[in-house]
Amino acid sequence: MALSGIEIYKFLPKTNCKKCGFPTCLAFAMKVAQKTVDIITCPDLSDESRQALESAGRPPIKLVSIGADGKKLEIGNEVVMFRHEKTFYHPPGIMRRIKDSSPAETVAQQVAEVTEFKVDRVGIELSLNGFAIENDSGDGAAFAKCVEAVMAKTDLPLVLMSSKPEAMAAALEKSAASRPLIYAATGDNWEPMAELASKHGCPLAVAEPKGLSELAALVEEVNKKGVEDIVLDPGARDLGSSLNTLTQLRRLAIKKNFQPLGYPIITFPGTNAASVDEEAVLASQQVAKYAGIIVLDNFSPALAYPLLTLRLNIYTDPQKPIQVQPGVYPIGAPKESSPLCVTTNFSLTYFSVAGELEGSGHAAWLLVCDTEGLSVLTAWAAGKFDAEKIAKNFKEFDVASKINHQRVIIPGRVAVLKGEIEEELAGWDVMVGPPDAMDIGGYLKNNWSN
Amino acid sequence: MPGVETPLEKWTGKVHEVTLGGNGRKSITVGGESTLPFLSFEAPIPHPPVVAIEVLDMEPQDWSPHLVSVWGDALKDPAVWAKKAVECGADLIVLRLRSAHPEAGDTGVDHAKKAVEAVLAAVDLPLIVLGPEVEEKDNEVLVGVSDVARGQKIALGNCSEKNHRTIAAVCLSDGHVAIGKSPIEINLAKQLNILLSDVGLAPESILMDPTTGALGYGLEYSYSVMERLRIAALMGDKMTAMPMLCTVGEESWRQKESRATEGLPPLWGDHQERAILWEEITAVSLLNSGADIVVLRHPRVVERIKATIASLVG
Ligand code: B12
Ligand code: SF4
Repeated sequence: MALSGIEIYKFLPKTNCKKCGFPTCLAFAMKVAQKTVDIITCPDLSDESRQALESAGRPPIKLVSIGADGKKLEIGNEVVMFRHEKTFYHPPGIMRRIKDSSPAETVAQQVAEVTEFKVDRVGIELSLNGFAIENDSGDGAAFAKCVEAVMAKTDLPLVLMSSKPEAMAAALEKSAASRPLIYAATGDNWEPMAELASKHGCPLAVAEPKGLSELAALVEEVNKKGVEDIVLDPGARDLGSSLNTLTQLRRLAIKKNFQPLGYPIITFPGTNAASVDEEAVLASQQVAKYAGIIVLDNFSPALAYPLLTLRLNIYTDPQKPIQVQPGVYPIGAPKESSPLCVTTNFSLTYFSVAGELEGSGHAAWLLVCDTEGLSVLTAWAAGKFDAEKIAKNFKEFDVASKINHQRVIIPGRVAVLKGEIEEELAGWDVMVGPPDAMDIGGYLKNNWSN
Repeated sequence: MPGVETPLEKWTGKVHEVTLGGNGRKSITVGGESTLPFLSFEAPIPHPPVVAIEVLDMEPQDWSPHLVSVWGDALKDPAVWAKKAVECGADLIVLRLRSAHPEAGDTGVDHAKKAVEAVLAAVDLPLIVLGPEVEEKDNEVLVGVSDVARGQKIALGNCSEKNHRTIAAVCLSDGHVAIGKSPIEINLAKQLNILLSDVGLAPESILMDPTTGALGYGLEYSYSVMERLRIAALMGDKMTAMPMLCTVGEESWRQKESRATEGLPPLWGDHQERAILWEEITAVSLLNSGADIVVLRHPRVVERIKATIASLVG
């Protein structure tokens, strides 16, 4: 939690010496709380106070980064229980599990399937984040060889999974530079694993299914070894246990500022799943309810596309709607005689209308007006979608040059704009389309003859 | 060792309990929660959410081939369709009077009554009947339906801010439950519940449809408005404490990702798998934000979501 002025004031010398440029320490503290001035501007602040301030000001859930520069996955540093309270900041990394016991060609193919998977949605590219390589063979050399083989094909972040410190050490020799996540320190092996983490400067997963108190105790031991970049695995492999446990972890961090458990979480929805659908449903729940990394056992485009769409939806900032570029879009293969429709650049609106037009098989031109990403009615209510603005977009995108007629179809829900638009655009006939994009196909069939 | 104290919230409110069916017909009760969905560590879950299967009163024209193939000829007769829905594990049936829509057949009250009577006779599950969502036709057909279903305690929908008096009145007189549907917006949902209460309906006779946005098509708006409505209810607001119904099947199968099968990027993957996951992911997300009734279309999804609910209730 960000500290208040009063909380910061407690750490200051309280001499009101004005060296920081403020009349009193309290005034200075207030500005630090608003982040308009940095704490170091007070020259008399002791080191202990500064460290204490830093740990008190630490985000409730630590930011942990995995992977080499340029391909980093950053997770954690969340500040709310519910997205509507502010927003969720760091979408969970979704990784595919690979076993070092698989034949080399299988490994190569599993890597390629993921690295080739890129799908565009509302102008945003959806793809997976990396791989979790499991030391299924139990042999250090085989583990290192498999890690090397994967790294030869991709520079995406990795999770190295082994319970054996020697095997982990062998794999880290090949991969430490790309800062993989070491999975995992457990009650039995946490000391050597913590040493490997601090030696190689890699984040470390701490796994303890017995309970949250035991997990917290293990984290504190690992902290003492100087390892601060931690990812939690509380076990909880089923829908009910995952939801209840991950909710408790989030509450402890956000509401109680309980730092021993203030770290991102890694989940394995496939472990107890009897089918791909069962894994997909649990993975989906974990996207919204609180995973930092999700390791998938099953990968297919049919699963990845909806799961990544869900992640995009949940992690969209409620205050900042996703927008598409304003302009004139051809839908299907429109000709000069094709109809011209008008809509807004809120991605949901654009894709609803574009989708229905495509679905109807009726080629058309779609003028997408700039409403700063607001839907038709919202923009209209906010005065950002009126006759004047539509006319301005008309001229700006030179709509007239694309068609040989002077008819434009507007959304049914803003039929009231018909008269005003006809005033702004002399000679144009404004047709009022149906209220819902779904009915555009029917409307064009009955009202448009090329 | 730092003992970890279980982080419990102190909720003061509870969700109203709404019962459908009864006296000869199977009955279900939803609602009654005193914590957020499925948080059994915090409070018991009195009534797990239930799964309804959506049945139309006419053969659907534009449904995805994946749905048409799995239901087959049942799509031609609502009673047969409802029977098959029982076999697929439905807890209740939602009958949508699509044919009454001016663009779909513009059928009248007699057609609606026959369809409802046929479904009531075919299955012993509780029933929800939804009009074509065209004001005058909703009032016309639902008043007739309310009469033939008297004593069966069905649910009728949808009431809206502009059109709720007629439907709410017959629910009151015939002992049915009214469903209020509002745009995805917390104050509008609450406002509609207040209007329905003003007509005289008890909280236990109102269900809330906060409008479902499917995955990729507004899911996050529904997800957050439902969380806000449920939190407000748990904090004591009686007018947002109605159980919630989500038309997951209708919204999920309407989208291009489920409907279209040609001309799609290969990287979208297998059509059927994706379409089924589209409905499943929409359902599990809204269950986790407070849905008490999810209305589904594909039998495989019904099976998966029932198993999901069972696992979540534990
Ligand atoms: C989410 C939402 C918001 C979000 C913004 C989302 C966004 N990016 O637009 C937030 C919370 C920011 C918001 C704010 C406001 N909102 Co608002 N909002 C909504 C809500 C719930 C959903 C809007 C949405 O996403 N619709 C989905 C999109 C796809 O719909 P659409 O753009 O209209 O497109 C559809 C049709 O118009 C049609 N269509 C679109 N283009 C075309 C083109 C052609 C040719 C055709 C034929 C059809 C067609 O097809 C699409 C799919 O069916 C609606 C209620 C509702 N459920 O509709 C209220 C709603 C639109 N908002 C409303 C209002 C009043 C506001 C505010 C003014 C509230 C306030 N008092 O501050 C503000 C204004 C914004 C501002 N900055 O001042 C009112 C508008 C009332 C009115 N009649 O004008 C609504 C209807 C709620 C209500 N009933 O009060 N809002
Ligand atoms: S410099 Fe430090 S001690 Fe001096 S007034 Fe500013 S905050 Fe206080």
